[in-house]
Amino acid sequence: MARNEAHQSNAGSEDSAAGIPGARGRRKAVRYAVPVAVAGVAAASIGIGSALASSGDPDLPKISAEELIAKVAESDVQRMSGSVKFSTDLGLPSLPSGISLGGGAKGGEGKDGDVSPQAKLTELASGTHTLRVAVDGPDKQRLSIVERAAEYSLIRNGDQVWAYDSGSNTVHHSTAPHDKAGKSGRDAKGEALHGASPQELAKKALDAVGDSTSVAVDGTAKVAGRDAYQLTVKPKAAESTVGAVRIAVDAKTGTPLKFTLAAKSGGKPVVDAAFTKVDFGRPSASTFDFTPPKGAKVTEDKDFEGRAGHKGARPGEAGGMPGLAGLTGSSGAPGFEVLGKDWASIAHFTVPKDLGKAADKAADKGAGKAGGAGKSAPDGGLFEKFGSKVSGPFGSGQIFSTRLVNALITDDGEVYVGAVTKDALVAAAK
Amino acid sequence: MSRAERQAAPAPAAREAYPLRRLSLFRSEIGTVFRRWRTLALLGVLAAVPVLVGIAVKVETGDGGTVGHGGEGPAFLSQVTNNGLFLVFTSLAATLPFFLPMAVGVVAGDSLAGEAASGTLRYLLVAPVGRTRLLLAKLTSTLVFCLAATMVVAVSALAVGALLFPLGDITLLSGTTVSFGEGLLRALAVAGAVALSLAGIAALGLFVSTLTNSGIAAMATTVGLLITAQIVDQFPQLEAVQPYLFPHYWLSFADVLRQPVYWDQLLDNFRLQALYAAVFGSAAWARFTTKDVTA
Repeated sequence: MARNEAHQSNAGSEDSAAGIPGARGRRKAVRYAVPVAVAGVAAASIGIGSALASSGDPDLPKISAEELIAKVAESDVQRMSGSVKFSTDLGLPSLPSGISLGGGAKGGEGKDGDVSPQAKLTELASGTHTLRVAVDGPDKQRLSIVERAAEYSLIRNGDQVWAYDSGSNTVHHSTAPHDKAGKSGRDAKGEALHGASPQELAKKALDAVGDSTSVAVDGTAKVAGRDAYQLTVKPKAAESTVGAVRIAVDAKTGTPLKFTLAAKSGGKPVVDAAFTKVDFGRPSASTFDFTPPKGAKVTEDKDFEGRAGHKGARPGEAGGMPGLAGLTGSSGAPGFEVLGKDWASIAHFTVPKDLGKAADKAADKGAGKAGGAGKSAPDGGLFEKFGSKVSGPFGSGQIFSTRLVNALITDDGEVYVGAVTKDALVAAAK
Repeated sequence: MSRAERQAAPAPAAREAYPLRRLSLFRSEIGTVFRRWRTLALLGVLAAVPVLVGIAVKVETGDGGTVGHGGEGPAFLSQVTNNGLFLVFTSLAATLPFFLPMAVGVVAGDSLAGEAASGTLRYLLVAPVGRTRLLLAKLTSTLVFCLAATMVVAVSALAVGALLFPLGDITLLSGTTVSFGEGLLRALAVAGAVALSLAGIAALGLFVSTLTNSGIAAMATTVGLLITAQIVDQFPQLEAVQPYLFPHYWLSFADVLRQPVYWDQLLDNFRLQALYAAVFGSAAWARFTTKDVTA
């Protein structure tokens, strides 16, 4: 040992205290403290960083809830770009990959490799996604879903609407008519995915504000580095499953920057959409240019209106806001009615009995599309497992529940869907 | 720099020789790494991957068919037939999860433990060079290998891609079309990001290498840690620890191909690699400068 240490000194190591056991041990401890300190500093800075991000609410002049809502309504932001973190947690059991919720909807389209916006939209109904948005006036919009080593982009430039899926190198093309008659087509198509942005979500929630809702300004917050007011919207109806909707409104521009929808049962927010970066400058013009790449498979969408009518639902509205679309009661399906109003509204429709065994499956699909739950099961059998038997004045049926939306499908093929408690559904069924 | 040197060699001549000698240590270490047959074999295997991928894609699409239209296989595979430049990205995506880090793990694990095993480490220490500087030289040579290995894959892929497939303007992930020149620049940036992604495992391997006197044990441990981290990274239940695993953000190199470039994950990756390099680099220093070198 001693000889070895001597050897080291000769060999030019930085041993100044070699040979004295106590000093040597101390020096060793000091050296090992360096990596520990580096790791500690890193851990501390991560902790302090997140603490800084969550605290430090900005000081803003007081504002009443009415003034804030007016500010949102008046907001006229024509140009912006940014990143949005969008997470949903409907409380559905997570499915093995391959039969994901999105995959089921894709299969429903009956076309292999369909990259139409509607099919893609249902993928947003579960998990966490990063979206990037860019807007320049009413005619130029872009929305991309950032995926692992791939991206799904929806680009609108004038009357041209392109959807590009880089993972499969497929393009979906359609034209958005300029005239007013075609507005519904444009809504459902070109802006289908825009339903996921905090602005659209906030607008839908504020549209539902009425006597049945309590609205309050609840302090301030920093969102994407900007000062914002927090607006809390709470349904008064006891049977609603919606606990509270919180909207962070940019203090300068009145743009909603963050949207959180919490279930009454507590836990993680059901929907959480927030800008992580936002820029109110004009996005570069090339952002909205798109030419289909060489070799890409292009599907043209000429017959959109017909297809939408045939489906009996407007996908743009159905999927835009899981749950809330059902509340606002929007659908053109035959035999469709809305029971109750505002937050406690329940969608009711009938599934034709002649579908026989497939009735359940179709009902599930109907529930997903028209009810706005944004879910559709890969097959009826799998979905049946999630249901539980109930009986009441209406006879008996199956009740399917998520954290926000509950659905009752009676054995007669009557479907009741709403963001209300199970008891309210049973009471509403006749 | 040793105490003896400080006292005995204040002469101007020695001071002038100093920077040269410092460089020569780094040069000789890099030479040692790249002269090994083992290293050349590793680089050869890495260069063969794009060739295999390119030929496979060419054969499969020879009759006008397409590959990966369902989005299966390594990232960017469906684009390769349209633009040879995408073979660079596909090859890097295919080699980054395992091949590249394994090669780095072998070189890093071998760096000190291999010298100790063959009995050459003490001769290295006989030279008037501080242990810290020797360690730095070893780390530098490993990092140079990271860059070289990545460039070998990228250049081989570019050559194969140019031979087998057309080249031209490329469409980025976001659907924006850019010129071939900018595409090449982005490919270079991607290769740089991939090389930096390997810094974490290089430092980890170097630290493991200071713990043992067996080169094989150090390589196996480093590669074992890599596999463990990759497996842990797959389980959704372990989400809480995943952002701190060194392979977690590896695929973020693809974010260079978005328009505009999506920096969040890229920067997360670089920060994480820097943290690993700092923690395990200093741990290796603490261990190596205090351990008894008997072999």
